[in-house]
Amino acid sequence: MMNKLLLGRFIPGDSLIHRLDPRNKLLLSFYYIGIIFLANNWLTYLVLFFFTLFAVYLSNIKMGFFIRGVRPLIWLILFTVLLQVFFTRGGTTYWSWGPIVLSQFGIVNGIYIFMRFVLIIFMSTLLTLTTPPLSLADAIEAILKPLRVVHFPVYEVALMLSIALRFVPTLMDETEKIMNAQRARGVDFGEGNLFQQMRSVVPLLIPLFVSSFNRAEDLATAMEARGYQGGEGRSKYRILTWQARDTWTVLVFGLLTGVLVWLRA
Amino acid sequence: MDITFKDVAYTYQAGTPFESQALHDINLTIAEHSFTAIIGHTGSGKSTLVQHLNALLKPTSGTVTIGERKITPETNNKHLKPLRQKVGMVFQFPESQLFEETVAKDIAFGPMNFGMEATVAAKKAAEMLTLVGLPAELLERSPFDLSGGQMRRVAIAGVLAMAPEVLILDEPTAGLDPAGRREIMGMVERLHHEQHLTVVLITHRMEDVANYADHVVVMEQGTIAKVGRPQEVFQDVAWLQARQLGVPETTEFAARLQQRGFKFDQLPLTEAELAAALAPQLPREVVSQQHDE
Repeated sequence: MMNKLLLGRFIPGDSLIHRLDPRNKLLLSFYYIGIIFLANNWLTYLVLFFFTLFAVYLSNIKMGFFIRGVRPLIWLILFTVLLQVFFTRGGTTYWSWGPIVLSQFGIVNGIYIFMRFVLIIFMSTLLTLTTPPLSLADAIEAILKPLRVVHFPVYEVALMLSIALRFVPTLMDETEKIMNAQRARGVDFGEGNLFQQMRSVVPLLIPLFVSSFNRAEDLATAMEARGYQGGEGRSKYRILTWQARDTWTVLVFGLLTGVLVWLRA
Repeated sequence: MDITFKDVAYTYQAGTPFESQALHDINLTIAEHSFTAIIGHTGSGKSTLVQHLNALLKPTSGTVTIGERKITPETNNKHLKPLRQKVGMVFQFPESQLFEETVAKDIAFGPMNFGMEATVAAKKAAEMLTLVGLPAELLERSPFDLSGGQMRRVAIAGVLAMAPEVLILDEPTAGLDPAGRREIMGMVERLHHEQHLTVVLITHRMEDVANYADHVVVMEQGTIAKVGRPQEVFQDVAWLQARQLGVPETTEFAARLQQRGFKFDQLPLTEAELAAALAPQLPREVVSQQHDE
């Protein structure tokens, strides 16, 4: 079950996309999600589609990964698309039954929405697959830095984030282990009615919480013993550097925005 | 209840780019009432192998026969409960599986999952606590108040309470002090002898293998490298050391004595065996001198 989770997975590689500055990648991914909403006709969606495919191609990662990223959300996507298809009026009406209509605009809108979902998921999957979680945490820290002016605890948030990311796989392993141990003691996970299923989670959750508390205590002690006194006044080991290729990608995204604005209806 | 592996292979995350093969070509029989020790380097597939013994993992190819049940890649995950009752499994650091309010409830949890009445299970819990050598007044305490060694024994009691025929222990003494280690191993030995439990033990301590096991399986990179009685397996000191496994200290010492001219029909595994083999070889005066002291 856990093994199929793609969220937060990083695939090591050495492609152009892998080597981009994580701050740049993070901001561009958000920017990309923004400009997807500029697209409003066939041509603009086609441009975005090929742009995304090109980015995926540059990352040297198999297409299968991206499709698997879409899979968990497929019901949400289908639901939204169907709502669009059956409740949009306009253009030629092919079929209608009460408030439900199947119209030309509805179908077109449905396809656009579908494209939008897929493109956004592809781009965010690309970000997480090509960026190690710790770089991502560094990037978030760097981006949040200006907020220090308003006394936002940037270092603390960044620290929590990187610790959390570091412990996701460890906690997953732990979950798997405790699940197996309880299964060996006769617990059936995911069987029986809703009430029985909820009860079967207790022998999993309590040990997980307890071990998280213990782990937090050990980690805090170990950090203090190594001289951690808070974020203020620390130097950095991993230093992010902006390089020429980062500037180039920003220019490419600028160009893409120009093309979209020019092509949109 | 014999457990037989036939051409078993297991692959983690099969069908994904993260797949890794943990076991291949495993052919192995664990006989009823035997005490099997599984040794091998870290990551050699020991833990993966034992999780097949109670069908927590199903082979990706091949067959595991547990008593009457055949487990194949197609076996359905349902109706495995009777099997899990017969094959009790103590995981590494089992103290992390405790969760109930009291020790008594936690020990009774397993048996009650297999349909035992609450009152019978409570009695069983008290019985098991004595069996693992803890005082009865701990029954009503919270498991989280206990020391590490006590928690581990409660966890083991929870598994024993299901009255398994086969007991699997994955490094039961890891992280314990010498006294705790001896107590736990002594308890396992007692269960093996008195209740005729089949025991499967994963361990890195060759002394435990020498002292308790009657059957050793050496694993290497997901395959079985050697199977035999401890006496046979530990004869080849160089072979084991090349695999970073080592031999019991006594055997190593005996091997060094052998290089200095002592003769052994077979390298001894325990201190008693070594003493018995050395005594006739020592010059008379030395022996009598020692007696005088």
